[in-house]
Amino acid sequence: MIQATALTKRYGPRLAVDHADFTVAPGKVTGFLGPNGAGKSTTMRMILGLDRPSSGSVTINGVPYHRLAAPLREVGALLDAKAVHGGRSAYNHLLVLAKANGLPRSRVDAVIDLVGLRSVAKKRSGGFSLGMGQRLGIAAALLGDPGIVMFDEPVNGLDPEGILWIRNLMKALAAEGRTVFVSSHLMSEMALTADHLVVIGLGKILADEPMADFIAKNSVSYVRVRSPQLADLATKMASRGWRVDAQQDASVHVYDAQPAQIGDLAGRESLYLHELTLVQSSLEEAFMRLTAGSVEYHAGSTDPQRAPDGAAMPGWGTPVPEDFRNAQVKEHSQ
Amino acid sequence: MIEVKDLVKKYGDTTAVDHLSFAVEPGRITGFLGPNGAGKSTTMRLILGLDRPTSGSAFIDGKPYRDLRDPLRYVGALLEARAVHGGRSAFNHLLYLAQTQGVPKRRVSEVLDLVGLTAVAGKRTKGFSLGMGQRLGIAAALLGDPQILILDEPVNGLDPEGVLWIRQLLKALAADGRTIFVSSHLMNEMAVTADHLIVIGRGKLQADMPVGQFIAQFSDTAVLVRTPDADTFRSAAAERGWDVTGTKEDGALIVTGSTAPQIGELAAERGLVLHELTPQRASLEDAYMELTRESGEFAHRPAPALGGTDGRS
Amino acid sequence: MAARDSVLTPAAVDAAGTGHAHFGRLLLAEWTKIRSVRSTYWSLIALVIAFLFFSWLFPYLTVANWKQATPEQQANLIEDPIGSIMSSGLFVGQLAVAVLGVMVTASEYGTGMIRSTLLASPHRVRMLAAKSLVFTLLIGAIGEVIAFAGFYIGRLTFKSLLTVNLDSSNVRQVFGVGLYLGMLGLFALVIGALLRHVAGAITGIVALLLVISNLIQLIPGRVGKYLYTYEPTNAGFAIIGKRLPDNFLISSWEGYGVFAAWTALLWALAAYLLVRRDA
Repeated sequence: MIQATALTKRYGPRLAVDHADFTVAPGKVTGFLGPNGAGKSTTMRMILGLDRPSSGSVTINGVPYHRLAAPLREVGALLDAKAVHGGRSAYNHLLVLAKANGLPRSRVDAVIDLVGLRSVAKKRSGGFSLGMGQRLGIAAALLGDPGIVMFDEPVNGLDPEGILWIRNLMKALAAEGRTVFVSSHLMSEMALTADHLVVIGLGKILADEPMADFIAKNSVSYVRVRSPQLADLATKMASRGWRVDAQQDASVHVYDAQPAQIGDLAGRESLYLHELTLVQSSLEEAFMRLTAGSVEYHAGSTDPQRAPDGAAMPGWGTPVPEDFRNAQVKEHSQ
Repeated sequence: MIEVKDLVKKYGDTTAVDHLSFAVEPGRITGFLGPNGAGKSTTMRLILGLDRPTSGSAFIDGKPYRDLRDPLRYVGALLEARAVHGGRSAFNHLLYLAQTQGVPKRRVSEVLDLVGLTAVAGKRTKGFSLGMGQRLGIAAALLGDPQILILDEPVNGLDPEGVLWIRQLLKALAADGRTIFVSSHLMNEMAVTADHLIVIGRGKLQADMPVGQFIAQFSDTAVLVRTPDADTFRSAAAERGWDVTGTKEDGALIVTGSTAPQIGELAAERGLVLHELTPQRASLEDAYMELTRESGEFAHRPAPALGGTDGRS
Repeated sequence: MAARDSVLTPAAVDAAGTGHAHFGRLLLAEWTKIRSVRSTYWSLIALVIAFLFFSWLFPYLTVANWKQATPEQQANLIEDPIGSIMSSGLFVGQLAVAVLGVMVTASEYGTGMIRSTLLASPHRVRMLAAKSLVFTLLIGAIGEVIAFAGFYIGRLTFKSLLTVNLDSSNVRQVFGVGLYLGMLGLFALVIGALLRHVAGAITGIVALLLVISNLIQLIPGRVGKYLYTYEPTNAGFAIIGKRLPDNFLISSWEGYGVFAAWTALLWALAAYLLVRRDA
């Protein structure tokens, strides 16, 4: 369980994280989403005690990270795949970590097998591909058999098998009752992985709710209907007051009605159905709708929270200067 | 138009690209898929004249890349590996590229603006994040307004807006009649981006076909049915020899061996009410994994040890 | 989306026309590359400061310690004051040029820049030629400027002791500084292109300049003289000498010709390999 309470981080005049309250609960995969520069990495770094909050707090099982007696046994984190000494073998890298945390050598072998690096375990990690580095980072995160795992962009550099593997791994970890907190920029990937979402924009928590609720709340849904007697069916649906939009591909989109209502209607009228599908926005569309205000200036937006002063960016722009500053900050603090 | 003819690249004893032939047509987005080490990047480097083929050849509009005059006006390329000097500013990096092609200076500002790097154009690229480096690479690829784009993992490091932006950009460029060749490991991203696929494994061509056909060929189709008369429906379906494979948690049935119209007509004939009738489109990822299993050519990769639960629906 | 439209209708690209001066564009681009990284400025500042400082320091120490000098030393100096001014500045300044020359090519491989470069100029030999020409001219020009500046500094410093004048017999020694540095820069650039590794190439060329060129004097006999004379940097350095050492078998201009021949040979090899090798 990770709990943030009024968590705030200030870099000079800029609020990187602004009174964030959220809870990451065990037993499910919680996705952490937000545009570049929204404060995701800063938040993760504060959770891990790498950065100090300016105010507020964040706790791991009720305790700040720096007060954990054996941190690797409670939290495993993958932050930066390349935070490994390139001259050391994968095995020795993990062994050093294990020794430092009083973990037995057998755990090293266990996690190396788990991430599938057995055949290259003795090779210097300097020659590793991004995907192998990522697997090594995951191995390090799982070394202490922690109850909480945090992954920052874990699929970076993985190939399709690797992506499928880590998705299944995260689900399996959650199914074992662990707390899984994962950030990603890949909405299509998140949609398949996460059960719960925490969305951050310009340092503020914009959403903290189950995936299904998030999509339902931030999307427009409709029912796609195909039928050999479409004209007849469409007339009958329209007469119920439902909005029916004819499409190019011989289907109609029906708004304001549930699939069951349409099915009942068709059944009563003995009309054939060839398709009856509830279509919801993708997570990507829902995310874009929610965060639109926090990444670029929208003329006519009246919500002050969604169009703050500093947010006016050129073009399709994500706030690059912030991103740049973050990159600098990261370099200095390592 | 990109043509690859019987291309072979050997590094010592290993054959990275093995008698590969395909064509990338204009007017659509062609996805280039394959596991790590399949030879995707090598193939792209051979097309771009960075590496010399052991045998065979690759052509850009009928010419080898090395014979192109002002190549950046024909082909824009984004390679996975970094290709900038960290001590040089983004603007100067693009400026010298523009100068080699006789492209005027204001196009540099134009592409910087396009990818959203104007604010950091004067900064040395050393401090750039992965996503910013990627945008600079995309800016370089677009500099000469080329008819052909070759992009290796373009969404790497981009944030959600960036991912969406590049997808829309590529679609617009393809619709404009340009040739777009994109490699990616992200099947779910490819599924919504590509029109056509070229799949390689161990340097050999595995598939070269439209996305829809690829998915249909390498996966089973199924229909999701919801009905208040589930038992009656099951027996009616069984009469037709259709397989009603499973009840999902909320009472939905998965029917295989049939199509949605056939099921809809059966229901109407039997007076059964349907509450949902949705053809299940297998995902590109499913199809890709199936191809991987079938061909056996891919992946001597270590099996995932903890992967007992396959959570995909 | 307005941003998308601008890539589809980039007025800026069409307006460029096709232009004819193709090699001229490459020269311009390579010039942009050289002037847009800080290492160029640091190296050139080091060159100027080192050269001018030592052009002053040696004459200054000579004047200050004139009475302690042996008659032989005094005679040498009076015979060739320009050579002593130039060689002391050059001995240190040449290291900056060697380092920069290596960086110009080898750092492209280190950073991955070479991929961008070769995508833009797939005619690799032409690219190498443009790079070589721009860099050689830049270093040669700076070399001439600091040579004459160093000459006047040295002349002023020597003033109380002897008068140093430029005439047809010694202008080659001053002018030779730029010639030597330009050729050395090109030589280093070629070494960088051959080895494609910054640290390795710098180590190699510095070892050649400081260690090997002197060590081979110790080889006895005719072989030693040949090796000493035809070692590329020794041969090139002769351009600034008046009376060459006894074990140097050829004239100043011949020496410079040997240096140029070495450089041309290695340049051809580098060009061949550049075309053959994968980037």
